[in-house]
Amino acid sequence: MLDSLILRASARYVLWACVALSVFVLLRGHNEPGGGFIGGLIGALGFVFHALARGPPATRRVLRLDPLAWGGIGLLLAAGSGLPALLLHAEPLLTHQWMEGLPIGTAIPFDIGVYLVVLGFALAFVLPFLGEDAA
Amino acid sequence: MIASRADWLLALPVLVPLIACALSAALRGRARAQRLVTGSAAAVMLLAAGALVAEVVRRGVIATQMGDWAAPFGITLVADLFSSAMVAITALIYAVTAVQAHADPGVRAEEGLWHPLLAALVLGVAGAFLAGDLFNLYVWFEVMLIASFGLLVLGGGRAQLDAAVKYAVLNLVATTVFLIAVGLAYGLTGTLNLADMARRMPEVPNQGAAAAVAFLLLAAFGAKAAVFPLFFWLPASYHTAAAPVAAIFAGLLTKVGVYAMIRAVTLVFPAGQDWMAPLLWAVAAGTMVVGALGAAAHWDIRRILSFLIISQIGYMIVGLAIATPLAIAGAVLSIVHHIIVKANLFLVAGAIRRAGGSFSLAQMGGLWRRDPWLGILFAVPALSHAGLPPLSGFWAKFLVVKAGFEAGWYVLAGVALATGILTLYSMLRIWIEAFWKEPPEGAAIVALAGRERWLVLGPVAALALVTLGIGLWAEPFAAFALAAGEQLAGRDAYIAAVLGARP
Repeated sequence: MLDSLILRASARYVLWACVALSVFVLLRGHNEPGGGFIGGLIGALGFVFHALARGPPATRRVLRLDPLAWGGIGLLLAAGSGLPALLLHAEPLLTHQWMEGLPIGTAIPFDIGVYLVVLGFALAFVLPFLGEDAA
Repeated sequence: MIASRADWLLALPVLVPLIACALSAALRGRARAQRLVTGSAAAVMLLAAGALVAEVVRRGVIATQMGDWAAPFGITLVADLFSSAMVAITALIYAVTAVQAHADPGVRAEEGLWHPLLAALVLGVAGAFLAGDLFNLYVWFEVMLIASFGLLVLGGGRAQLDAAVKYAVLNLVATTVFLIAVGLAYGLTGTLNLADMARRMPEVPNQGAAAAVAFLLLAAFGAKAAVFPLFFWLPASYHTAAAPVAAIFAGLLTKVGVYAMIRAVTLVFPAGQDWMAPLLWAVAAGTMVVGALGAAAHWDIRRILSFLIISQIGYMIVGLAIATPLAIAGAVLSIVHHIIVKANLFLVAGAIRRAGGSFSLAQMGGLWRRDPWLGILFAVPALSHAGLPPLSGFWAKFLVVKAGFEAGWYVLAGVALATGILTLYSMLRIWIEAFWKEPPEGAAIVALAGRERWLVLGPVAALALVTLGIGLWAEPFAAFALAAGEQLAGRDAYIAAVLGARP
């Protein structure tokens, strides 16, 4: 862990800025390039920065759940978003509009799921390399 | 419209491990809950796969379009007799490895990761068997590969990391070749759907490029299947993994490559190119001989078994090379038999390691006197593997060799028979060294007892019963394999099921 006051002080703000940007990218993805995958990576970058500055245990406290668990929840969400189309072969379930005029549809839970999978599995992979036991 | 029965039957073998993977990842840290997830997933998958086989036997090839996006454009899941049997065996191996893993200290130490990775591996394997689309097949291979990297380093010693690097590099190269072939095939035919590609490939004007696609696909799948001369990664890596991991790798992973080879050749390139038969001939003969000779030269049980995987892959390629319906039926039966027997032998190797204290034949002995049940449970898959009647291996070999003689491929059939003798030699060597020889000085003596004994030997016994069942009650299995061979050789049913009755 780098022992720098500036780094430690800014870590929290960088983290939340990254998360905010990642959520923006996640939601923007429906009409323009972006989406769950790249959003998840941006979010993971924020957490990795935080872990570099303050140590993985502090980052795990921010995450609350184990990163792998977040990935699992995301995978459940993404898998679940496909189930309605399997149960009822209805066209609105396949498009990005469940209701007239609102850009909310199957793609949203799927993308949020992908976001969590990428975020969770990337952090589950990276955090152990950042000196888990050091702090 | 409510989803039909076929939709569910085709989706469940993929959905169940997917949900098991997600749930067991979400429950990391709660080992008991994770075990419950894996156990119930394996049980549900076994039932679903059984229902899928029954449905395919009753109705012939079934297909479903995910989300109703019509056939050549959407994601298609297809099951014919061959793929449904493969899914059923995958479920069986999932169940037995999940049980035996309870008793493996290496796995138990990493249980939080074992459950999601195992489910992800099964997900990739089952998906690859049901994929009706070349690109989806590629994606399932990737899923399988990523999960297998994780499983291979589970417990993480230096030898395992070394093995994982070799495994990863060769498999990534093979995957890249696969991806290039997918791109070329799409460029030539304008479709990725296997059934659609099967119709269009003969009409491609540039048949030279089609041959290149066929060759690249064979090379990529061949590397995954560890055929001669692309097998080096397998004996370099399998012997380092934890026992249940090695069992599921040995049983399933190479067979997915063989499955993909058989699927691609019978469906997309059935007329064959004139170079294909001699190439497959050489590959099959080389694979059988190199595998059997490699096995004869080693002293570590798991290295012997790893080389024998390679030699058995050769038999399947023999079936594909001869390519008559009977030969393909032989290949199908070989795959089914080999998955069960090989996974079983690796599970027994784990048990021998516990009881004899080592994987090295030189450092153990006298197991027969201490634990005759272990000996019997080793003998069943070992003799079946060598192809002695009345066990399952005999029938598999019988079909392949018979097809070889009928089609006039005498030399190849002869090589197959000679390989059987070499295999028997390797098996007898394990038997004599581990079970009959007096134990050397200082050999560890550990008795498998109590609950652990049941957890280790229960799955072994279950698989041995399946082997015996196929051997003694061969008629329905042989009939199933013959029907599967006919179905693969006459590909119209598959194409009609996927694309509908369009001209």
